[in-house]
Amino acid sequence: MSTPNTAPAAPGPLLRMRDIHKEFPGVRALDGVSLSVGHGTVHALMGENGAGKSTLMKVLSGVHPAGSYTGEVLVDGEPVRFADVTESERAGIAIIHQELALVPQLSVSENVLLGHEVSRFGVIDWGATHARARELLLRVGLDENPATPVSALSIGAQQMVEIAKALAKRVRLLILDEPTSALNEAESERLLGLLLELRAQGVACILISHKIGEVMSVSDEVTILRDGRTIETLAVERDARGVPSVDEDRIIRGMVGRDLDQRHPERTGRIGPELFEVRDWTVDHPTRAGRRVADGVGLTLRAGEIVGMAGLMGAGRTEFAMSLFGRSYGRYVRGGLYRDGRALPVGSVADAIASGVAYVPEDRKSLGLVLDDDIRSNTTLAGLRRVSTRGVIDPGLETVEARRMSEHMRVRSHGTSQTVRTLSGGNQQKVVLGKWMFTRPELLILDEPTRGIDVGAKYEIYLIVRRLAAEGACVLLISSELPELLGMCDRIYAMCEGRITGQVSGEEADQETLMKLMTRTGDQP
Amino acid sequence: MNQTSQTSPRARIGALLQGNARQYGMAIALVAIIVLFQVLTGGLLLTPLNLTNLIMQNSYILILAIGMMLVIVTGHIDLSVGSVVAFTGAVSAIMLTSWGLPTVVVIPAALLLGAVIGAWQGFWIAYVGVPAFIVTLAGMLVFRGATLAVLGGESIAPLPQSLRVIASGFLPGGDGGLHLLTLGLGLAGSAVIVWIQWRSRARAGAHGLPVQPAAVTAAGSVLVVGVILAFTYALADYNGLPLVGLLLVALIAGYSFVMRSTTMGRRVYAVGGSERAAALSGIRTRRTTFWVFVNMGVLSALAGLVFTARLNAATPGAGTMFELDAIAAAFIGGASATGGVGSVVGAVIGALVMGVLNNGMSLIGLGVDWQQLIKGLVLLLAVAFDIYNKRRAGSGSALPVLWPRGGRGPGGPAKGGGSARGRDGVERAPV
Repeated sequence: MSTPNTAPAAPGPLLRMRDIHKEFPGVRALDGVSLSVGHGTVHALMGENGAGKSTLMKVLSGVHPAGSYTGEVLVDGEPVRFADVTESERAGIAIIHQELALVPQLSVSENVLLGHEVSRFGVIDWGATHARARELLLRVGLDENPATPVSALSIGAQQMVEIAKALAKRVRLLILDEPTSALNEAESERLLGLLLELRAQGVACILISHKIGEVMSVSDEVTILRDGRTIETLAVERDARGVPSVDEDRIIRGMVGRDLDQRHPERTGRIGPELFEVRDWTVDHPTRAGRRVADGVGLTLRAGEIVGMAGLMGAGRTEFAMSLFGRSYGRYVRGGLYRDGRALPVGSVADAIASGVAYVPEDRKSLGLVLDDDIRSNTTLAGLRRVSTRGVIDPGLETVEARRMSEHMRVRSHGTSQTVRTLSGGNQQKVVLGKWMFTRPELLILDEPTRGIDVGAKYEIYLIVRRLAAEGACVLLISSELPELLGMCDRIYAMCEGRITGQVSGEEADQETLMKLMTRTGDQP
Repeated sequence: MNQTSQTSPRARIGALLQGNARQYGMAIALVAIIVLFQVLTGGLLLTPLNLTNLIMQNSYILILAIGMMLVIVTGHIDLSVGSVVAFTGAVSAIMLTSWGLPTVVVIPAALLLGAVIGAWQGFWIAYVGVPAFIVTLAGMLVFRGATLAVLGGESIAPLPQSLRVIASGFLPGGDGGLHLLTLGLGLAGSAVIVWIQWRSRARAGAHGLPVQPAAVTAAGSVLVVGVILAFTYALADYNGLPLVGLLLVALIAGYSFVMRSTTMGRRVYAVGGSERAAALSGIRTRRTTFWVFVNMGVLSALAGLVFTARLNAATPGAGTMFELDAIAAAFIGGASATGGVGSVVGAVIGALVMGVLNNGMSLIGLGVDWQQLIKGLVLLLAVAFDIYNKRRAGSGSALPVLWPRGGRGPGGPAKGGGSARGRDGVERAPV
C-alpha cells in the first residue's frame, strides 16, 4: 500500500521467484520457474492445465512450505521462507482459490474479518467490527448489508467478499485463481474493474485465467508456463482504444508450444463403421435448476475409433460423460444414446454397463477405485457376474481373471492381492482400465486418463488405449492436454459451456484451431 | 507343487510370523487372555461348565456383533440395537403370554418385526440421507419408549418352556456320561472343514495358482481338528452342545460365507469402501445400505428372543448398552470406523475377547467398576494397535490380510487362494 499510482516506487520488483523446482512423487511439477511481479501491477499467469500455475502459487503462498521445493522467493528483495499460509499472509500475500473459502452461514462482516475481528481482551467489539467491514466492502464496491449471511449472496458478490477479506489482511499482492470461471459477464467486468482500482491503490495482483480476452484487457505483464517451465514474460500495452499490443495467437502458441511431441504410439487397427451415436444430450445442473451443463450434445463414434473431446475446465465434458453413464450426474432433460440406430437403456449405471458402456472417471482415487481393496476385487467389481454363479464368487476363477487382466494392462504389483492404495498413480489407472475392460465394453469413455501420471506410464496407457481401439471398441477420450488429443485421436470434438463448438479430424487438427473452438462462447458450431 | 518357495525358508517363516502378528493380533490376544484367566482362576475358566456358560452368556452379543459388523462395514453405526432387543423381546413375551400364540408362530413374527424396524431405519438412512448416528439414536429412544409402553413399565414373567429352550436347551442325548451327539457333530464339523481346506487347495492348483506346501495345509488341518475336538469334548463332558451354540455356528458360518464368497457380500464391502466408486460400478448403493439395516433389525430381534428366553422374562430395561458391546466387539475385531473393512470372524473374536474378560474378571472377583474400566481400555488399545500397525505397514505388504482387511475371499494369501479356507477353519474353530 505504498503508493497510489501504477509506477513501482520501491527499487526492484515486489516479488521475485527464481528457479523454482518442485516435485511430487513421480511428477516434476515445476522445473525451474521464474517469475517477477512489480509493485502495483497486474501480472497474468497463463498456461494449460497442468502447466504448473497452481503449484507455483501454492509455493508462493506457503501451502507448499519452504523446504518442499528448491529455488528462491524474494519479497521486496528479501528472501522469504514461508512455512504456512499464515506467514505469507503476514508478508501481505493473499490467495483466493477457485473454490471460495468463506463460511456460508456467517455474515458478510464476520467473514470479511474472520480471524481479524476488532476485539479487546478476546471480546469482539461488534460495532467496530461492522464499521471496519463496511469500510472494506466499500473499497471493493460491494453494496450489501454486512449482516447478510454469505450464502445469500451471488457467486460474484461472494468473490468480492473474498477480496475484501484479503484487504482486511493488508494485502500487497493478491493472487486470483480463475476468479471469473463461475461469474457471468457483468460480474466478470466488475471484478476486473476492481483489480484495476486496487492496482491504482498500489495492490499488485497475479491473475490466473484461461480467458485470454480478459487477461489482455487488464494485465501489465503476462508470464507463460508450459510443462513446469517459464516460457516467456511479455509486457502488455494497450493503445488508446484498448487494443493490446500482444495478440491472442501469440499467447496460445506460447502455451501449447510449437513442436508437437512424438510421445504417442501409432494407430494400429482400422476404423470400422459408425457404431454409437449420442443425440441431443441435454442435462441440467443437479441443484441449480435450469442451468444447462450439457446442451444438445451430439456425437458419433465408429468402431475402433478414438474420438477426442477438448475443452477448458468447466466446459462440461466430465458432467456430460457422467450423465451419459447411467445418469450419474445432474438432472437428465432429454437425449439418447443409440447403437446402430437403436436406443440403448442407460438410465442406471447397471443398465449402462449392460449396454456396453464403460466410464473411467477423472478422479480415479475416489470414483474409480475402492482404495483399501486389493487389485483382484477392484478388477472384478463392475463385472462380478463373470466370476460368480448364482451369486457365489469362484475365488480361483476370480484370481485367475484378475491376474490375466493385470498382465494385459501391465500392472506392476506384488500380486493381485496388493491393496490398490499402495500402487503408483499410473498403476492405479491401469487397474481402473482393467476393471472396465473386464466388463467387455463397446464404448469406453476415458476422462483425463493420464492426469497426474508420469511420462513413462502415460505412454503405456496410450498403448493400452490404442490396443483397445484396435480390438474394436469405440473410445471417447476426454483430455485437457491438447498434445494428448492430437497425438491419439482420429477425430476431436471441442466443447465450450456445455455445447459442442466444432469437430476436427485428427489430421487437420492443431492446437490453435482447438484452442479457438474451446474458447468459442455463444457461437453456433 | 509342494515346494513353491523362491525365498529362503527362514525369510518365509519370518514373513509368516509378521503377517500373523498383524492378521491374528486379536486372535493371539484372545488366546493370551484365555491363558491368563485360566491361570488366574486356577483352571476354572476352561472347565466344561464354564465354557458352556460362556457360550450362553455371550450368545446375544455375538448375534448382535455379526449384524453390527455389516453395518460398520458399510460405514454406518447402529445405536438402537439394545432398544430393539428390548422391544422385540417384549412383544414376543406379550404374544406368548397375553395372546397365547405358540412359539413356532411367535419366533417368525418377532423376526419379521425386527425386519420392519430395520426397514424403517434403513429407509431414513439410505433413501432420505439422514446420518445413521441420528436415525438410530432416535431409534434408541423410540424403541425404548415403545418397550415401556407395551410393557406398561412392568416385566412379563415367566415365559413358556418352548421359548426358554432356545437359550437354555441342549442337544438331545444327554443321559449322563459323554454326550455322543456333540462329539459326533464335532467330528463331522472337523471333517467338513478339512475337506474344504484340501478341496480349495486342489482347486487353486487346478487354476494353475501356486499353493502352499502340503505340510503347511496339513498342519492347519491338524490344528483345526485339535481345537474343535478339544472344545466339543469339553462340552460333551458337561451337557453337550447348547442349542444356542448350534445357532451361533450356523450364523457365523453363514454370514462368513456371504461376506467372503458372494457378490452380495462384495457389494457391501464396496459400498463401505467407496460409495461413489461402488455406484459408478453399477452397484445400487442405497439398496445395499437399506438391506444391511433390515438385516441388523432381524438379528436384533433374534438376539431379543434369545435374551428374553435366557432371562425368562421381558423387562423394560432389557438390552441396555448392548449396542455398545456389539460396537466394541466389531471394532476390537478389526472393523474400520470409516467403513469397508471388517470381517464376521473378526467381530466374533472381538465379542469373545469381551466375553472372556467379563467372565474371567467375574470369576476372580473383580468388581463391575474394574471390569468396565478394563474393558474400556482394551477397546482403546485394540483399535490403537490396529491403527499403529496400519501406519507402520503403510506400504501395505502383499501378505495375506484376513481380519483387518475384510477377510473375505480365499485370495487372502499373496500367492493365491491356497490355504485361506484353512484359516477359515481355524477361525471358526473356537465357536
